Amino acid sequence: MAIEVRIPTILRSYTGGEKAVQGAGDTLADLLTDLDAKFSGLRGRLITPEGGLHRFVNVYVNDEDVRFLGALDAKLNDGDTVTILPAVAGGALGLLAAAALLGRPLSDAGLASQRF
Amino acid sequence: MARYENLLDACGDTPLVGLPRLSPSPEVRLWAKLEDRNPTGSVKDRPAIWMIRQAEKAGRIKPGDTILEPTSGNTGIALAMVAKLRGYRLVCVMPENVSAERTQLLRMYGAEIIFSPAAGGSNAAVAQARQIAAEHPDWVMLNQYANEANWRAHYETTGPELLRDLPTLTHFVAGLGTTGTLMGVGRYLRAKLDQVEIIAAEPRYGELVYGLRNIDEGYVPELYDASVLTRRFSVGTRDAVLRTRQLVEVEGIFAGFSTGAILHAALAVAHEAMKAGRSADVAFLVPDGGWKYLSTGAYGGTLADAENALEGQLWA
Repeated sequence: MAIEVRIPTILRSYTGGEKAVQGAGDTLADLLTDLDAKFSGLRGRLITPEGGLHRFVNVYVNDEDVRFLGALDAKLNDGDTVTILPAVAGGALGLLAAAALLGRPLSDAGLASQRF
Repeated sequence: MARYENLLDACGDTPLVGLPRLSPSPEVRLWAKLEDRNPTGSVKDRPAIWMIRQAEKAGRIKPGDTILEPTSGNTGIALAMVAKLRGYRLVCVMPENVSAERTQLLRMYGAEIIFSPAAGGSNAAVAQARQIAAEHPDWVMLNQYANEANWRAHYETTGPELLRDLPTLTHFVAGLGTTGTLMGVGRYLRAKLDQVEIIAAEPRYGELVYGLRNIDEGYVPELYDASVLTRRFSVGTRDAVLRTRQLVEVEGIFAGFSTGAILHAALAVAHEAMKAGRSADVAFLVPDGGWKYLSTGAYGGTLADAENALEGQLWA
């Protein structure tokens, strides 16, 4: 069973730079276990020590957020596409505002598009 | 009654327009809530007015005070208009490479702009915003991502308008940014309609936008409460552009790209309902018109060209 998994830039160090990798599993939890066997450490960046999805990680199955599909128990089928993305706020300068208020730095790329 | 004492009173009560050509069937109908029909042309007039009024009620600000907001988007433009009419000074902090149109709009409404150097990237802008706030403890930042008045505006106005105009509503679809629209409308409709589905359409940008160095630099708005939502879709640039063009071609509604992302999710749930043999009234929100985005060139040419034009941009 092949499932395409799209990897965000910040996690590509685990996949040898690959933007998309193939995995298998009946549920998201199974898929992440399968991927971790090939790309050691990846799972640990997505799942907290308590066993839930990391707060700042969003995972989508065929463009739908898995948190509304059973989270790690979300069912997967052959041919599905799983997309992993870090959580960012919408609106370039809203992101800036949020970062400023929280006293947190943002990467340069995080705000690459204010010229819009 | 379409007469108002002043412009602020003319905010809201926007039209809900049926889309007979895009609706999958007579039993499954799509409805667009045209928020571009607000005083500055976007849905952000609602939270801008509510945030300023709430801050006044709470004694945080009084006319003559200075509001600091690091934004050049629709919220900045809406705040600039409200600030002008209510007697506040608005200072916007933004990198110097924002578009000329945005700068002109803000200045036209009387906002002052402090530029941070483009070369310093966002780090310089964040540092500058923080420094300015520290130097001016009497300046007020409304912070739309954490401000309760943001979702309250929609709970008190947008939600009731939708229910009044479409009592048979089954689905509400809107974009997820500050999350204010979905939290406010969602809470209101859930309290009034048992089976209503509240659906988020989240823009999925080009890779650059997600170029955080670390997952822990991520951000979830303080206002966000996942329990208000039924489902949440991620919509890519290509689908958003396609739907934005389809909306103007088929139904004559000229909207910004965030509308395309929202329509994409609305069509998905509408077609699901039709396949399942259920009737549905799917209302979705049109946050703004397309005027501010014409210079992207993404309304013409091939979809691939449009996708390239929007690559790395926050189009919603």
